Amino acid sequence: MQSPLSEETVRSLKLGDTCYISGLVITGRDEMHIRAMENVSEGKEVPKDIEGSVLFHCGPIMAQREDGSWYVVAAGPTTSARMNKLEPDFIRKFKIRAIIGKGGMSEETAKAMKEVGCVYLAATGGAAVSLAEGLRKCVGVEWLDLGMAEAMWRFDSQKFGPLIVAIDANGDSLYDKVNSSLVRP
Amino acid sequence: MIKLPEPVEDVVYNLLRLANTKLPEDIGWAMEAASGWEQNDIAYTQLGAIMDNVKKAEHIGVPMCQDTGIPVFYVRGRFDSSIGRDIAKALERATKDIPLRPNTVDPITRENCGSNLGPGMPIIHYIPTDDDFTQITVLPKGAGSENMTRLAMLNPADGVEGIKKFIIDSVLDAGGRPCPPTVIGVGIGGTSDVCVAMAKEALLVPIDEENPDPVLRKLEEDIFVALNSSGLGPMGLGGSTTSLGVRIRKCACHTASLPVAVNIGCWATRRASAKITENGVEYSQGVKF
Repeated sequence: MQSPLSEETVRSLKLGDTCYISGLVITGRDEMHIRAMENVSEGKEVPKDIEGSVLFHCGPIMAQREDGSWYVVAAGPTTSARMNKLEPDFIRKFKIRAIIGKGGMSEETAKAMKEVGCVYLAATGGAAVSLAEGLRKCVGVEWLDLGMAEAMWRFDSQKFGPLIVAIDANGDSLYDKVNSSLVRP
Repeated sequence: MIKLPEPVEDVVYNLLRLANTKLPEDIGWAMEAASGWEQNDIAYTQLGAIMDNVKKAEHIGVPMCQDTGIPVFYVRGRFDSSIGRDIAKALERATKDIPLRPNTVDPITRENCGSNLGPGMPIIHYIPTDDDFTQITVLPKGAGSENMTRLAMLNPADGVEGIKKFIIDSVLDAGGRPCPPTVIGVGIGGTSDVCVAMAKEALLVPIDEENPDPVLRKLEEDIFVALNSSGLGPMGLGGSTTSLGVRIRKCACHTASLPVAVNIGCWATRRASAKITENGVEYSQGVKF
């Protein structure tokens, strides 16, 4: 799939589908969400490309070349549930089209995803070297003062994945399905 | 592998590189075995992606996971009090060179010092013995799994069934967050602090090593079977590979107490150890602890 994703593309994805993404992917964790929403409420500027983006819950290991440009060393997903409190407002405000992470998100977040037309794509946790290969080129960074892990990195990706559609744009969740059929002795 | 004696700082630097770039063999073997019997397509894809990643990380010599964690150090045997400074220097260098992700922040201001140091860091457990060697072990612990840690002060009347239920519930409630298939470290007994410390130390024991205590061995097996029959699967997306191993340690406790702690290790349960003697340094990832 080519980023930016259209609402139509996102709504056509089915639970359990495997996909790959090419094009712009931005990273954001707790602090990036907080900073963006703070800036909005204070009337300050927010990077324009957050709007309609593919948001990767990830704090990568980045390294800098001598010319000052950055490249990615390792970049797997972080636990998305930490952003549960922040994400519904964030999705509604910025019309996020896809969230890439691990472990799934809350019902409240899934509700916002359904309203806006957004999917949750599960990346393999810890598969940081393989996933970094898909993040071919770092094309910018914002808010580096938040630290390497919490900054907002921009990547021009190519065949980034594999990603599993784990919450679709109807708000249906593969995690809920698995959890409701768990066998406990 | 025997090398000539070298500065402790270099040994610790080598340990950090080894632990972060190469998965211990026992974990890799367990993962390969699991993917052989996994029937769920999504689960099979996840295990394949993990094994592919492990090979690439080792080949390129970069950390297998971006969360290089907080390295927990164990220093055992004979050692000088300056060893803590050597470990700190090695960690700062490894953070820049390997590189490791700068993870440590002030807990209140969330300010990141960039070096993986800061007040109270690095975390080092000292175990002085009369042995004629120094053993330094590192366990890089990522936050995804560490955040799922649980301690229960059970009633003694809860017994073995209560212990089992608490451990299984802890793992299943954690779902996909700690990056299953996981290694489950368990401490039973002690005081609350010792119990949690034992649960983490249990992650150092190779998963293919038999527990010498038959009661604990049975408990490990029962919990292992229950977890892998639960359907949680890799990354919590379903399947029969939820845990790669369960390791339990115990010690005596108060007659009125039954502390149980669970410390989960993600699939990337990373560890490395160096035994330093007069003759050289021996590196290993199957830690004898």
